[in-house]
Amino acid sequence: MFDDFFIRALAAGLGLAFVTGPLGCFVIWRRLSFFAGTLAHSALLGVTLAFSFDINISFSVLLVSSAIALILLRLQKTTKLPGDALLGLLAHSSLAIGLVVIGFLSYIRFDIMGLLFGDILAVNKKDLLVIWFGGAIILLILKIIWKPLFASTVNYELAEAEGMQPEKVNIIFTILMAAIIAISIKMVGILLITGMLIIPAAMARNLANNPQQMVVLSIIGGILAVLVGLFSSMQFNSASGPSIITAALFLFILSFLKISKFRQLKK
Amino acid sequence: MKENNNILVKLENTGVQVDKKWLVKGVSFEIQRGKIVTLIGPNGSGKTTTAKLALGIHKNIEGKVHKFTNKIGYVPQKISIDWTLPLRVSDFMILTENLTTNEIDTALDLTGVKHLKNNDLRNLSGGEFQRVLIARAIAKKPDLLVLDEPVQGVDFKGEIALYELIKKISEKLGCGILLISHDLHVVMSATDFVVCLNGHVCCSGTPQAVANDSKYKELFGDRASTILSVYEHDHDHTHSTDGTIETKK
Repeated sequence: MFDDFFIRALAAGLGLAFVTGPLGCFVIWRRLSFFAGTLAHSALLGVTLAFSFDINISFSVLLVSSAIALILLRLQKTTKLPGDALLGLLAHSSLAIGLVVIGFLSYIRFDIMGLLFGDILAVNKKDLLVIWFGGAIILLILKIIWKPLFASTVNYELAEAEGMQPEKVNIIFTILMAAIIAISIKMVGILLITGMLIIPAAMARNLANNPQQMVVLSIIGGILAVLVGLFSSMQFNSASGPSIITAALFLFILSFLKISKFRQLKK
Repeated sequence: MKENNNILVKLENTGVQVDKKWLVKGVSFEIQRGKIVTLIGPNGSGKTTTAKLALGIHKNIEGKVHKFTNKIGYVPQKISIDWTLPLRVSDFMILTENLTTNEIDTALDLTGVKHLKNNDLRNLSGGEFQRVLIARAIAKKPDLLVLDEPVQGVDFKGEIALYELIKKISEKLGCGILLISHDLHVVMSATDFVVCLNGHVCCSGTPQAVANDSKYKELFGDRASTILSVYEHDHDHTHSTDGTIETKK
């Protein structure tokens, strides 16, 4: 009934939603929206390096994003600049370097639009394997570090005092963020991965009253966004990645309506 | 290592420097199982910093901190919970330790806030939140309790009850307690060892010894040293036999 590429796109999108759901919750709780954006911008540099040295794109993006993330953690400790200034500094300089390097790679035809927005319909079987296998590893690690990570999100000093080693789990979490960007860049692209992380989790925040509930709702929101986005992109022949994010936005707006209605009923 | 069995934390000539300014310097003391150590001192004298030193929160410190346990309950002086977190009291209780429903209920009941179990954490009043913080710290049955002004914002009646509770818990669990308090009545009556800070250790010892120390009088004024005698005078009237509190009329 559906074409193979569409089935693959669905499988890829759903796999992504399972991972961005829980990670997105932490992005919101820890106020890391711009951090996710910075990592995504630095991914462009990762892609260009992959082409320059002929290495796997996901691997290269993972390396560069992790490096940028660790540099950020370091800078936060050693400078007096506020976090958002550091994020802007890293995001735009890594983006600029990425674009400069692209300029030198004139012998390769670059699909910049593809990099920025991804192409979920072009996902092949090998990509699927990376997404599901990589996603499963990310989720497993997140499950293992959940308690200390959550504790240090609620209060860093409390977690530190009670032996939860927040510094260690912060670094692991940062690398997980780089990893999700690395495995998803081909599908939703640099500009939209942040949306996939934030919007379903933001929707879930509107509806949830405890952390576990928010994670589950965030995953469900992501799955719905992928389903609605992909089917409508087929229906209206719209770009797939942006359609998914637009669908997520609609879900977010719906979550608002539901809440205000609920409040009215209560009165 | 037998002699270490009862020592939970030992500070040896510790200090911490931020931006070339010493927050606290040359602090040495130890906390033993079943003992209550109190830090007193004026504002900015380094009480909270010393507690954080003992907890290992401060990095790059002078001197040495030996921690012999990792089972610690901490009630910080200041804590802000982000409103972006959907967090109920019951979620907060299991933040660093897995507890059964029964354990959660018992601890919340002890501090008198069991009815708030399913409330959103950010909708609590200051005093209620403080009670939840104490409940969380004791629920995990720690070896060491670090309480940084644990009863701030708690009503007068509750204040005494909570101090009684803390004392009872240290006896029951046999845990060591590091307490920071401005209430000199409590400090002088309920603790085993007092460390008086003013950027450094001003004087330390049993409550009696500290109260009679001239440096203590200098720091807190003459009136403070009479507290001990006031307390001893009132002793019979503040506790009833079954352990509940009778406030004086």
